[in-house]
Amino acid sequence: MRARNTIDQLATDVEPLKSAPPEDVQAAQTERLLKAWKTPTGWRYWSAVNNSEVGLWYTAATFFFLLFGGVLALLMRIQLARPRNDFLSAEVYNQAFTVHGSVMMFLFAIPVFEALAVMFLPQMLGARDLPFPRLSAFGFWAFLLGGIFLAGSIFFNAAPQGGWFMYPPLTSSYQKGIGPDIWLLGFSFIEIAAIAAAVEMIVGSLKCRPPGMRINLIPLYVWYVLVASIMILFAFPPLIAGSMLLEVERAFGWPFFNPAGGGDPLLWQHLFWLFGHPEVYIIFLPSVALIAMIVPTFARRAIVGYTWIVLAAIGTGFLSFGLWVHHMFTTGLPGISLGLFSAASEAVAIPTGVQIFCFLATIAAGRVVRSVAMLFSMGALVIFVLGGLTGVMVAIAPFDFQAHDTFFVVGHFHYVLIGGALFPIFAACYYFFPLVNGKQLSEKLGRVGFWIAFIGFNVAFLPMHVTGLRGMPRRVFTYEAGIGFDALNLTTSIGAFVLAIGIGVIFWDLLRPKGKQPYSERNPWNAGTLEWTQEMPGKPWGIRSIPEIDSRYPLWDQPDFIRDVDEGRFYLPDAEEGLRETIVTSPVDATPEQIQRLPGPSFITLIAALATGGFFVFGTFHWWWPALGSLVLATGVIIYWLWTGTGLIPEKHEKDAGLGLTLPLYSSGPSSVSWWAVVITMLADFTAFMCVIFGYFFFWTIHDDFPPANINGPGVMWPTIAAITLLLAWASTLLARRWNRMDWPTGFYAGIVAAVVLALAGTAFLLAGPWFTRLDPTSHVYSATVWILVIWTAFHIVIGVVMHGYCAARRIARRMTARYDSEIVNVAVYWHFVALTVVITVAVIAGFPLLTRG
Amino acid sequence: MRGCVALFTLTILSGCTGVQSALDPAGREAGTIARLFWWMTIGSMIVWLGVIVLLIYSVRTRAESFTRRKARIMIVGGGVVVPVVVLTVLLLYGLAPIPAMLAPAPPGSLKIAVSGEQWWWRVHYLPPGQAPIPSANEIRLPVGEPVEFHLESPDVIHSFWIPPLGGKMDMIPGRKTRLVLTPSRTGVFRGACAEYCGASHALMAFSVVVQQREEFAAWLSHQSQPAESPQELLAIQGAHLFLANGCSACHTIRGTAAAGVVGPDLTHVGSRLSLAAGILPNDPNAFERWIGQTHDLKPEVLMPAFHMLPPEDTRALAAYLEGLK
Repeated sequence: MRARNTIDQLATDVEPLKSAPPEDVQAAQTERLLKAWKTPTGWRYWSAVNNSEVGLWYTAATFFFLLFGGVLALLMRIQLARPRNDFLSAEVYNQAFTVHGSVMMFLFAIPVFEALAVMFLPQMLGARDLPFPRLSAFGFWAFLLGGIFLAGSIFFNAAPQGGWFMYPPLTSSYQKGIGPDIWLLGFSFIEIAAIAAAVEMIVGSLKCRPPGMRINLIPLYVWYVLVASIMILFAFPPLIAGSMLLEVERAFGWPFFNPAGGGDPLLWQHLFWLFGHPEVYIIFLPSVALIAMIVPTFARRAIVGYTWIVLAAIGTGFLSFGLWVHHMFTTGLPGISLGLFSAASEAVAIPTGVQIFCFLATIAAGRVVRSVAMLFSMGALVIFVLGGLTGVMVAIAPFDFQAHDTFFVVGHFHYVLIGGALFPIFAACYYFFPLVNGKQLSEKLGRVGFWIAFIGFNVAFLPMHVTGLRGMPRRVFTYEAGIGFDALNLTTSIGAFVLAIGIGVIFWDLLRPKGKQPYSERNPWNAGTLEWTQEMPGKPWGIRSIPEIDSRYPLWDQPDFIRDVDEGRFYLPDAEEGLRETIVTSPVDATPEQIQRLPGPSFITLIAALATGGFFVFGTFHWWWPALGSLVLATGVIIYWLWTGTGLIPEKHEKDAGLGLTLPLYSSGPSSVSWWAVVITMLADFTAFMCVIFGYFFFWTIHDDFPPANINGPGVMWPTIAAITLLLAWASTLLARRWNRMDWPTGFYAGIVAAVVLALAGTAFLLAGPWFTRLDPTSHVYSATVWILVIWTAFHIVIGVVMHGYCAARRIARRMTARYDSEIVNVAVYWHFVALTVVITVAVIAGFPLLTRG
Repeated sequence: MRGCVALFTLTILSGCTGVQSALDPAGREAGTIARLFWWMTIGSMIVWLGVIVLLIYSVRTRAESFTRRKARIMIVGGGVVVPVVVLTVLLLYGLAPIPAMLAPAPPGSLKIAVSGEQWWWRVHYLPPGQAPIPSANEIRLPVGEPVEFHLESPDVIHSFWIPPLGGKMDMIPGRKTRLVLTPSRTGVFRGACAEYCGASHALMAFSVVVQQREEFAAWLSHQSQPAESPQELLAIQGAHLFLANGCSACHTIRGTAAAGVVGPDLTHVGSRLSLAAGILPNDPNAFERWIGQTHDLKPEVLMPAFHMLPPEDTRALAAYLEGLK
């Protein structure tokens, strides 16, 4: 049966092999699979790219940062235990709260979701690994480097102290040290890693599901991860764009946020909260996802309201992008904005409520089995609901006028984040730990840890609400005695230490030596989802054979499921060529499309992360030459990585995937994972670009004359010529793709050469506009914005030219052919986005002034 | 008067719970918000306990008795119907005060321009038809009248907040914001900066005195006067030292040669309830400490510390400044 001929396959459920392959065949298959998926040993262990290794490192690193941020919190609580305390100086305290917030958000809450997803997503999808294992590894190393750089800065008294929200002008003109640069560049680096992980998650959950796992059978965890990852795509770019503008202002004096040059500090707030609010849900949704896996298992029944939950998760994701202004209620907005964003903020309560009541209904409809995982889940619910309710309160603008920037808000969001993320993550630790090393955690220690943490948490954070309304602002390193803050703060500090003891117990349980403890039985909780097919301890191959799924809970509903998987009665039970492989399926119906070869261990990911990191670290210190050197090195390393590790032409066109299914080993275009990755990455990139465009129009709304009457530039002529030239470059790229597919090399090379020449000429024309009209980017925000748009576009074109060169080289080296053409297909996708960027840039910088000047 | 000031100072330093509390309202706006708060808190507690009760019920209930219909009622009722009803009511009730809160004060009302600066408050009273009257780090208001604050900042973002009187409003460089407050009872209160504004954000407070109209008018008229010349020998020395040591480069004392505009106007500094933006009592000892140990008291503040001055000079300066009633 051919892969394309799928109608029959859908109509008739594919059954596993009726009888197991002979034992010697099974043994040989097992041996080949183990060899292909062998985790490197010794120092080469760190070259592993397998999701189980990378996911584990990733999770461990985020937990380390959780402890780091927690210790900072305790130091702050010692300082605030008494009024007028001098345990920490103002300078250290301000660094501590900035780093605490930043670490918890960027180095714990978001990455832990990515880490857990890297670790468990393939297991839940019955895939051997995620589609881009090396990208995951790269993301992890980038995260680790950036995280150490950021967290470490506090030991040199050089940490940022502008708050995790980094409001200019405090962080632009009023902090001279490198603290803000560390924040801006360090986190941009980490955000790029986060976007890389998001691309991996999206493609993984859309394209690497097991055959038969149609869209209505996807495990809820995967749904949530998909929603949160898509949110990352659109939420992180505003911050990256904002960080770029702020760093350019700090380094070169372009006045984006400086009113003296026509800038406005509020633009930063818009960009920051356009990221910052969805970010809360990016943290919250994947944590709810953990609950959504735990509750059915311990209720011993399928989730109630699956469709409701999925729609609610998607709805929450959508709504969360329309709420950011509620962080700015006290900036002097008109009443209509206050009302609108108050109402929008309240609306989120509805999908959130739906999810909670689905869980309650599942608990009610099932027979609950006691467990620590369930205890943490219920504790999470109790805490989170209270945080949600105080959220409903602060969303009402008049109340926010009082509560904003006080300890009330601090109490509110700790209820949300600890109830909505930390407790679910602890629940997941107890639930999933057997999948990590085959051992169970102690139910006894877990229960003790839970109660200490739960009580400590409430003692610490409940009084904060009162502290805030009695008038104590946030982010204060000290307070006056005798005006109503003393006893409350002391209580909070005591509670914080109790909470810390509880968390300490949990960490002890995680870290205590377990050598003598026997391995857990397989599927210890009698769960129904795919990840629990794993053996104890797990094998590196992810799954022995890739199953055909026809239930949301295959372990409950599909008879003899584990046996069939184990005996290789499903797809891909073998690694005949000794290569790592997994099945790629269609996004909606999960129809098998291709066998994807996956890369093995490599240090290239670590080297690439070091080189990329070098650019950001050297940039922080304004060491431009080493920074440039790192950038060139990083480009070289990444090209080498792509050249040797991607788009490899298989030795045969297709192979037998088992169960009578033959699948191609290569595809390009929409059926390939790489095409999806390019599209998704470019959506994020394009979002960042649109944020800069938003900046242009934002400045237009706040100025009476924008562009200013005395600035004439960039004119119409140069930008128009540039646009025409660059669109021709785009057209040439498309022709090159077409002629390559027609196997007409001359045409392909001609198209590439034409595209390169036109692109470079177009870039020069584009830069000529502001250059010849002498726009001085330091003098006014208009000029600065035009320049940044032009430079952004030019930078993308230059990257596109490098891609042209890469395609030509691949063709010359016969690593790309008429049939195996994913390089030029993906580059063409990139150029679609470049063309769009060019058109918008030119329309704005050349066209818009014509409109405003009439 | 002196006794009164001492009493006020005592209240600021050791005093009662309510001086900075939003839950102990002394103004129309704060009263509205406090009422809103209590209603929302009661509602939240009911919902929270309701969810906990449902959780316990869900754990206890027998699976067989929990029908599909009950499940649907729970999800649709709890997740959609109840929130929609509750939130609609809440929005109607909670957003209703917005227009009144944002409206400008009626014509003829007192206007006060306040500029938040790292880390103190520059205040100008703008009585209708008169020249602006400068002051700093203290706000006095007549009871029962709406007052319009014009807020701005020359450096970083601050936020102007007097919890007992009403909500806060940010002071944003390059923008002008406005806040109307209507005190409803007399008393001494405390305001603070609510937006993180750098090293000494925690040390940027101010006293607020709400007085009867006549008291306020008398006080304001006194504030508009230049400083009286010192009479005591020590204070006279202090006045010379103030000019000789360059204090006048940054500070104005109207009626003298000191006309600096970088720092607070000190014309009547001795009559204020506190020093250094609400962090010290107003007595000679505090003045001495502030002059000599400026940066210990307020990290990174722009004013240089004058710890090189001989103690007797510091004492003289303190005596002079404290006497500027």
